[in-house]
Amino acid sequence: MKRWTLHILIIVAFIITSCSNKSVEVYTSTPSPLNIPQLFQDKILNPVIPIDNPQTVEGIALGKKLFFDPILSADNSQACADCHAPENAFSDSDRFSDGIDGSLGNRNSMPLFNLAWNYDEKFFWDGNTFSLEHQAFVPVTDPTEMASNWTQVEEKLQQHSEYPNLFNQAFGTSAIDSTLVTKAIAQFERTLISSNSKFDKFLLGVATLTPEEQNGFNIFMDENKGDCFHCHGSENNPLWTDNIFHNNGLDNTFTDLGLGAVTGDPADNGKFKSPSLRNLAFTAPYMHDGRFATLEEVINHYSEGLKQSSTIDPLMKKVAQGGVQLSVQDKADLKTFLLSLSDYEFINNSAFNNQ
Amino acid sequence: MNKVASIFLFVFITLVSCHKDNDDNVSNVNISLHFTHNWDGIPVSNSDFNALKFTNENGEMLSIERLRYLISDITLTNSTGESLTIDAYNLVDVTNNGNLEFSPEVLIPTDAYTNISFTFGFTNEKNIDAAYQDLNSASWFVPAMLGGGYHYIQFDGKFLNSSNIEQGFNYHAIRAVDNPGANPTFPQDTFITVNLGAVTITSNIVFNIEMNIAEWFKTPNIWDLNVFNQSLMPNSTAQIMMFENGQNVFSLKSTK
Ligand code: HEC
Ligand code: HEC
Repeated sequence: MKRWTLHILIIVAFIITSCSNKSVEVYTSTPSPLNIPQLFQDKILNPVIPIDNPQTVEGIALGKKLFFDPILSADNSQACADCHAPENAFSDSDRFSDGIDGSLGNRNSMPLFNLAWNYDEKFFWDGNTFSLEHQAFVPVTDPTEMASNWTQVEEKLQQHSEYPNLFNQAFGTSAIDSTLVTKAIAQFERTLISSNSKFDKFLLGVATLTPEEQNGFNIFMDENKGDCFHCHGSENNPLWTDNIFHNNGLDNTFTDLGLGAVTGDPADNGKFKSPSLRNLAFTAPYMHDGRFATLEEVINHYSEGLKQSSTIDPLMKKVAQGGVQLSVQDKADLKTFLLSLSDYEFINNSAFNNQ
Repeated sequence: MNKVASIFLFVFITLVSCHKDNDDNVSNVNISLHFTHNWDGIPVSNSDFNALKFTNENGEMLSIERLRYLISDITLTNSTGESLTIDAYNLVDVTNNGNLEFSPEVLIPTDAYTNISFTFGFTNEKNIDAAYQDLNSASWFVPAMLGGGYHYIQFDGKFLNSSNIEQGFNYHAIRAVDNPGANPTFPQDTFITVNLGAVTITSNIVFNIEMNIAEWFKTPNIWDLNVFNQSLMPNSTAQIMMFENGQNVFSLKSTK
């Protein structure tokens, strides 16, 4: 142990003394383990954190800066945050988001929170990308998004007045490459934890539900009514999603094959990842293509708008009649309950905002 | 060099110190359960899913889209009637080829056991609401209004109904429940004790266990999917029929 310390001392001394002109310092980053909310701790498995990308104070700060910095886009006009804005629970309010040149993708931007609890680590609506680190590679070069290329981005960051030092603090090297950029962004994304909705507080015993919210929750959990819990979590799975791919009956035929295009299996056509139902107050419009502007439309879809297709999920009920035909009161209460899953502290958390 | 020498020495000492221990004949071994599935004898795996290729006893054509079930409490009973229960559970996920092999991390004494059994689902004592994080994360829970706890099986698919239209079914078994709500009542137990019979265990052993999926629709209740297809969790009549039909679903095919 002593000898070990001595070795380090010698090495550090050597490094320091060998840098006569430039004063490059060797930083060790400060560990910053995720703050796991009580409910998550009690109810569900631990988050996924890759061994080769531990959370650090410096890594998270760097990731945050990169997330809000348009430098990642080809013409320095667009940041991740343009399509993933804090006030929208890190989604945006457009149906399809504009890329840097105004070109539109064909999918609705996804909100970003509790991503470290996506145990299968399949990201995007169709799950085409494994792991958050890999995910962050994609938008930078996507022609309908930031339309940049990594060589260009690495160069811009390398020439920047602050970034080389920040990378050095976070990763012990000021040689910037795309892998480190995505590692830092992923660290920041993992800190985006939402667990302070009214319903969370109710579960923790510090808030009470209105009778409407309580009834709405019962509809959500009732197999004869909403039966939403098989795919969208419950008080025992406070992620409010199963992170699994389903066809929830939006279409008879598919223009976007979803999971089917990824797996090549026609039985997966029209399947998309169940989104979390947290923060719906901030994430309209809804569904992978943003087709529904309001929660009323979403609820009407499940209640009487289901469309038959060969891959529709077997959990969808009374498809021939369009759905289970909830009463007007039940629909209103279900909506009230859904909104109780929205977390105002999350969108107002200064740790996540650009200032 | 020094290190190599000491490793060498260590291995040598270990080798010479290994003499046969003849003091007693009991040693401890591992057991595992390996689950396979068939439809009246024809093997079924997830590659057979999503096609209307099965016909049940009542004559409905059906497909399997998802199949998961829970087993727990492997119990070994010896000739003196003592039993040893392994306090562990396993969620078999046929859809994703997950956990088809279950090897609890417990060593079992070799013995001539008069019976080995497991529980399909959870006994009521183990069926504790919210208690198991991995099962919560797998969305395996049962709503509190239905008594909470966990599913025993989730078997989802589609069948061709009497109007010749494909319709979903959700064969979900849970603890049968009446009066859903704040104070549900439980008409009878519906977890199943699956007895595999007598086994002499002398060394590490694998039990190959077969589920005949067709049995869920067959004996003693011929299952009519036109009547019982969805919303079966709050339906205690359906739950008790599942319990009855589940008695002969599992069998011990072989050991190795
Ligand atoms: C032009 C708008 C746009 C920009 C810029 C953008 N995104 Fe996205 N993001 C989207 C859309 C749209 C999706 C869903 C796309 C899909 O599923 O095909 C998405 C999906 C994601 C997801 C997947 C979430 C999940 O739960 O699966 C993550 C993570 C993400 N973006 C992070 C980022 C990061 C990091 C950046 C910056 C490097 C970024 N995005 C830049 C629009 C954008
Ligand atoms: C079979 C699984 C399943 C069931 C059951 C289910 N959903 Fe969904 N839900 C999904 C999937 C998958 C999507 C995304 C579909 C898409 O975009 O193509 C979705 C999308 C949603 C959205 C849009 C969220 C967003 O951010 O865009 C809402 C809201 C929603 N569901 C609410 C409900 C409610 C309320 C119920 C019960 C009445 C319910 N769901 C039942 C799978 C399910």
